[in-house]
Amino acid sequence: MATMDRNAYSLLLAEITSGLWLTLKYMFKQPVTVNYPYEKGPLSPRFRGEHALRRYANGEERCIACKLCEAVCPALAITIEAEPRDDGSRRTTRYDIDMTKCIYCGFCQEACPVDAIVEGPNFEFAAETREELFYNKEKLLSNGDRWEAEIANNIALDAPYR
Amino acid sequence: MPKLTINGIAVEVPNGATVLQACQLAGVEVPHFCFHERLAIAGNCRMCLVEQEKAPKPIAACAMPAADNMVILTESERARKARKGVMEFLLINHPLDCPICDQGGECDLQDQAMAYGFDRGRYLENKRAVKDKDFGPLVETSMNRCIHCTRCVRFIGDVAGVADLGGIGRGENMEIDTFVGKALESELSGNIIDLCPVGALTSKPYAFAARPWELRKTESVDVLDAVGSNIRIDSRGPAVLRILPRLHEDVNEEWISDKTRFAVDGLAKRRLDKPYLRRAGKLVEASWQDAFNLIATRLNGVAGSKIAAIAGDLADAEAMMALKDLMAALGSSNIDCRQDGAALDPSNRAGYLFNTTIAGIEQADACVLIGTNPRVEAAIMNARLRKRWLQGGFRVAAFGPKLDLTFPVTSLGAGPEGFADRAREFLKDAKNPMIVVGQGALRRKDGAAILAAARDLADGVGAVREGWNGFNVLHLAAARVGGLDLGFVPGSGGRDVAGILAGAEKGEIDFVYLLGADEIDMNHLGRAFVVYQGSHGDAGAARADVVLPGAAYTEKDATYVNTEGRVQLARRAVFPPGEAREDWSILRALSGVVGKILPYDSLAALRAQMAKTYPTFLGVDHVPQAAWGPFGKSGALDPAPFVYPVADFYRTDMISRASPTMAECAAVKSASSQPKTGTHG
Repeated sequence: MATMDRNAYSLLLAEITSGLWLTLKYMFKQPVTVNYPYEKGPLSPRFRGEHALRRYANGEERCIACKLCEAVCPALAITIEAEPRDDGSRRTTRYDIDMTKCIYCGFCQEACPVDAIVEGPNFEFAAETREELFYNKEKLLSNGDRWEAEIANNIALDAPYR
Repeated sequence: MPKLTINGIAVEVPNGATVLQACQLAGVEVPHFCFHERLAIAGNCRMCLVEQEKAPKPIAACAMPAADNMVILTESERARKARKGVMEFLLINHPLDCPICDQGGECDLQDQAMAYGFDRGRYLENKRAVKDKDFGPLVETSMNRCIHCTRCVRFIGDVAGVADLGGIGRGENMEIDTFVGKALESELSGNIIDLCPVGALTSKPYAFAARPWELRKTESVDVLDAVGSNIRIDSRGPAVLRILPRLHEDVNEEWISDKTRFAVDGLAKRRLDKPYLRRAGKLVEASWQDAFNLIATRLNGVAGSKIAAIAGDLADAEAMMALKDLMAALGSSNIDCRQDGAALDPSNRAGYLFNTTIAGIEQADACVLIGTNPRVEAAIMNARLRKRWLQGGFRVAAFGPKLDLTFPVTSLGAGPEGFADRAREFLKDAKNPMIVVGQGALRRKDGAAILAAARDLADGVGAVREGWNGFNVLHLAAARVGGLDLGFVPGSGGRDVAGILAGAEKGEIDFVYLLGADEIDMNHLGRAFVVYQGSHGDAGAARADVVLPGAAYTEKDATYVNTEGRVQLARRAVFPPGEAREDWSILRALSGVVGKILPYDSLAALRAQMAKTYPTFLGVDHVPQAAWGPFGKSGALDPAPFVYPVADFYRTDMISRASPTMAECAAVKSASSQPKTGTHG
């Protein structure tokens, strides 16, 4: 009997039919893929993407060169140099992040006492050369200016949990 | 010797010790801010509160003398609560600006708030705001952070000995200020930066430059004066960022002078980083090989008697040894390390050392200074003299123009007139008399006679006996004692510095090798071919025909001998800039090109040879008593007044002359020393 059952199973194409049935079922379901880059998935407010240096609303840069991010960075990706600015305040003269070293752990953001360095929602910053991924202060500040609305929104959303 | 119990540990402490010191002896940590073992006790921060059994309230451990049968508890509930309360009070007015504070990372308040404080603040009112003060170009103030421990006031008043700082107002309104808004006029003012337990006083030149955890720390010695203060060099990458004192009870305790501390920015300025050759009157860059070849060509066929070498004030012993050996191989005995022409007698070691030793000053009971102003020549030494004076029973007299040494000095005359009688009269009752001969006396024409007279005086008043030698020479240059120990002085028939200069002017000397020698008058070098080896572009490099870039003291492993005859090692903190090399290796390489190869290929081999030939270099950080013997040359004394050799404390050598900070200090000093006119505010 077992032989007959097996033969009938093959002759009636049961395997193909069950496979096609599954395919047919999925045709009527919501697809799990998105049409990237035209569509994008949702991001958590805690998403750790490209870095940015933020400014206060009056345009003053937030970073005070305390170097805590440099100290905490496990990949040693951050380099900071500082000196007194003309008005006597403590500011960086150099703020570099080597994005090829960075492991996107977010410790810099956690360490920052003034919310200056943040990892924003942008993850589309692939470049053709390594050199383009050595970010300097100018690049990081311009990132901050570009993404300020999203970053501020994310920080506000995450604030209740901190 | 009171015996007491601390947290159940029984300890016996010396008479006069405080409870805090007893706790330290028992290995129990008691947090404190205002207490400092080298300063007077103030007892005003209250952080060291501990519980004493049967006492009605917690006691301040730093101000309470230890007594027999005391039972001290430092970790009881009451002691903890008291500490926590004091910390909360201290933090009420302390701003939360650690991220922008230069003390962050090495701050006593940060550490102790972490260890003994409360984890949140309950104070919601406004904090106190205090105007920042101007303490001059070295010390930055941020008076909001001050916790009124008064360490700075006690240091400036007691140790530095100038009445420049004080507390104004009381309670919460107390402010630390200079009395009339002037800059601090002390050569030791930088030490208050180290003493300040918070970030109220920080270093102005080092402002915001680095965090303590980024720095590489190298233990070394200072060479900007002859005291040989022990220092720690903090560097990051290729740059030396700051210099801090290192504890050495017998030399500098834990203080360093402002020049030692702040001249570091001179290490990055005016540096020689490539060999240079003079072509058509202009120095042009060259390769090491070209420079060596040119020197070899110029040396070719020159008689030894026409070659001369002068070692400068910052030269290390290894380089002087290599240069001496090279000159000997070239057949020249015209070498000298006494750039200023001081009549130092190399024949007897006791005749050029500070034999009493710096720590030995504390045993002296009378001191005669001859042509020396220790306050600017060796500020640390002056602090030790003042410390001795504060202990009482110490009299100081001076031959020379009027001095302000921060303690009373009897003037015995501006010149050496009546020297023997007056000095003998002054020292006659002293048990441990000290005689300090300065370079201001030895540089004169009658220097040798003054040296001999001082020696006779030492013999006459019993200043030299078993276990005590009161004869001292105070040097200015870190290289000098090392040079004299190495015999870097004219050999038989050789010329000294004056002879070399006169010879060069007359054309009898054709080739002069300057090892960092900048303090001679370059105009007298005539048409001689001059090779300058050194670290900075100063007077020597400007005159030289060939410039060989050497290393500064932070850039080489080197040996220096301080004025006491203490052999100390400087260690490399950073590499020399550009193509500059360690000095002994330059001379070793040059010796190969001129065909007189020196018999050592490594620093270890050179040091072994040095210790073998000159055994004083064997004992590092060790001061054996030098044997007493005859030195100096008796003669008539010129009654002209002495001239102190250091006119400007802040600019004495090529490094401090290159330093912008030192230039600023010198400008402030000269502005404040000028008489005020009607237009001064």
